[in-house]
Amino acid sequence: MHLSTVAWITLVAPLVAAGLILLVTRTSKPLAAGLAILSALITCAGGWALFLGGAEGNFHGFDWIAFGKDFCIPFDLALDPLSRTMLIVVTTISPIVFIYSIGYMKEEEGFWRFFAGLALFLFSMLGIVLAGNLVMMFIFWELVGVSSYILIGHYFSKESAADAAKQAFLVNRIGDFGFMLGILLFWMATGGFSFAGINQSAGAEIFVKSPGLLAAACVLIFCGTVGKSAQFPLHVWLPNSMEGPTPVSSLLHAATMVAAGVYLLARIFPILSASPQASEIVAWTGAITALGAGILATQQDDIKGILAYSTISQLGYMVTAAGLAISAALPMFHLFTHAFFKCLLFLTAGSVIIGMHHQQDIWKMGGLAKKMPVTFVTYLCGMLALSGCFFFSGHYSKDLIMACAWEHHRGVFWVVVIAAALTPFYMTRQALVVFFGKPRSEHAEHAHESPLVMIIPLILLAIPAVCAGYRPVEHYFFHSVGSLAEPEIPHFVDIVFGAAFFLGVALAFLIYRGAPAKDPVRIPFFHNRFYIDDFYFWIVRVIQGGFASICSFIDRWFIDGILVRGSAAAVWSAGFALRFLQVGNIQAYAFFFGAGVVGLIYILLNVR
Amino acid sequence: MPTLADYLIASGLLFAVGLAGVMLRRSIIIIFMSLEMMLNAANLSLVAFSRNNLVSGHQNFDAQVLVFFIIAVAAAEVAVGLAIIVSLYRARQTTHVEDLDTLKF
Repeated sequence: MHLSTVAWITLVAPLVAAGLILLVTRTSKPLAAGLAILSALITCAGGWALFLGGAEGNFHGFDWIAFGKDFCIPFDLALDPLSRTMLIVVTTISPIVFIYSIGYMKEEEGFWRFFAGLALFLFSMLGIVLAGNLVMMFIFWELVGVSSYILIGHYFSKESAADAAKQAFLVNRIGDFGFMLGILLFWMATGGFSFAGINQSAGAEIFVKSPGLLAAACVLIFCGTVGKSAQFPLHVWLPNSMEGPTPVSSLLHAATMVAAGVYLLARIFPILSASPQASEIVAWTGAITALGAGILATQQDDIKGILAYSTISQLGYMVTAAGLAISAALPMFHLFTHAFFKCLLFLTAGSVIIGMHHQQDIWKMGGLAKKMPVTFVTYLCGMLALSGCFFFSGHYSKDLIMACAWEHHRGVFWVVVIAAALTPFYMTRQALVVFFGKPRSEHAEHAHESPLVMIIPLILLAIPAVCAGYRPVEHYFFHSVGSLAEPEIPHFVDIVFGAAFFLGVALAFLIYRGAPAKDPVRIPFFHNRFYIDDFYFWIVRVIQGGFASICSFIDRWFIDGILVRGSAAAVWSAGFALRFLQVGNIQAYAFFFGAGVVGLIYILLNVR
Repeated sequence: MPTLADYLIASGLLFAVGLAGVMLRRSIIIIFMSLEMMLNAANLSLVAFSRNNLVSGHQNFDAQVLVFFIIAVAAAEVAVGLAIIVSLYRARQTTHVEDLDTLKF
């Protein structure tokens, strides 16, 4: 089979599965799950085949919009080292999560709806990965938004879930608006949409004349990343998206949705790194997000909430890495390792939640290490990888980012180091509270290990969570993506990073040793998410609400009252007055007619 | 030899009589006849103007041709009008306009 055929099958298989599940297998749970998993396995096989086969180039599908020669938007798949590596991440993690979902969703409503949503989600994400031009990527970008809306709002009868889904979609739309403007700017400059063309547009006449325009175009595209990858100030949707089922959170935060933003940055990396101003903005946005989300994670109570903020923080690292303008491989490497251990962490959290009968408050848990040994051990793998412990994958990618930050951007480096100390702190806190000490509730006492269908994916994921950062693995997947300036890591950075790790862990042990019954440290400002959510809510209420009531007033009184009802009333009253002329006597009509003629003659003769 | 003004006065009187008939008489047939009278008043003035209007020493017959057209159309109109009056009488047993007042508010 030709590789382009493989690529098309890989892309379309989940869509076909989603359609079949929706149309045919609504009544049968095993069939619905089977179809979805089959499609995921097909894409997995396809993804690896494309990677191992080294598929390269543009696979042209058809012209989607073609106005003559100058304006043509093709539907084509771009395969290069970057998309191949990303394909591996997406297609390897998806089937594991799909299989895990069988166990997690076993007793939930809307089983088929869930799997159809997952398959659609996978399709949209594959579309982003394989997109050959910006417009196509934008379309799949929005499709990811729609399918995440469906999945986050899976329990749509619960108000908070419905709100979270709506919020995720709308907040993303804000970023997407900037993305769209960025696409148009690039089109204006280069006359095309393909990544290949855009990445070589640094020399375009209009960009050479005004570098500010190039920076603006890059920052506008970056707006899309800010929305999708939940960077400050559009991060609010991500913690709320925890309302969705845990496998969704896992998929959302590891391989798919939020990774799309970073992938976009890596895609436009050559042009992004050509604009120092834009890179500066990107790097600082990432650093601030990494630090802010890290601080917030220290005071969350929801087991998934902590992980959500840690995701935002890690995404901040990736965005910073993209902003350092060294190599597209730098953010992608962290995305790669992060995908595995964050997916693992969410799946273990799901396992805990199932064991706790859907109790998510960590202060209701405790002592679960003995009752859920496999979950505990795999959780430990993920947690250490996330914290950046030596010999775990997260360490290598984070270390690399920090070394590059040290060399190229000292300011960002210090911000990122503080965030790196916060990560082990909040993860150790979570581990101590959830898995050690005494059970704090009835459910925690009777918690039990999850079924095999959930355990096996955990073990499968624990392996890459540990090893994904090792040198041979990194070389295997990234040697063709871009160079990683590895040998140059100064000892100083290693020491600082190690010190940050131990400091975080030690501090957490100091405060949460013996797993107290409730949080000994309570900082309302952090616990309430810097009041950013409340601030946004206030803004929406005051500005949007005020504007809406003004509009409503104008609509009700001016448009409805005067224009619509007023004109109707004028016509009606004119008709009412005129119908008294209808006397029914033919001679009266003749008289009116004659009077009219006389009147006309008078006007013609006398009025100038 | 009557002048143009004399003809026009006669035509105007004829028209006024016709108009008065249309306005004041009650029988629909009389109204109809008065209408015809008004038409002929118009014809009279047309012919008078035609006689008086010499174009480079020659008479212009345009208006007289127009009069023939009016006579022809009036004849056709009378045929239709009388037919309507006959069928109206059959339906209502009256030709009195005061009794025909269904179309009113």
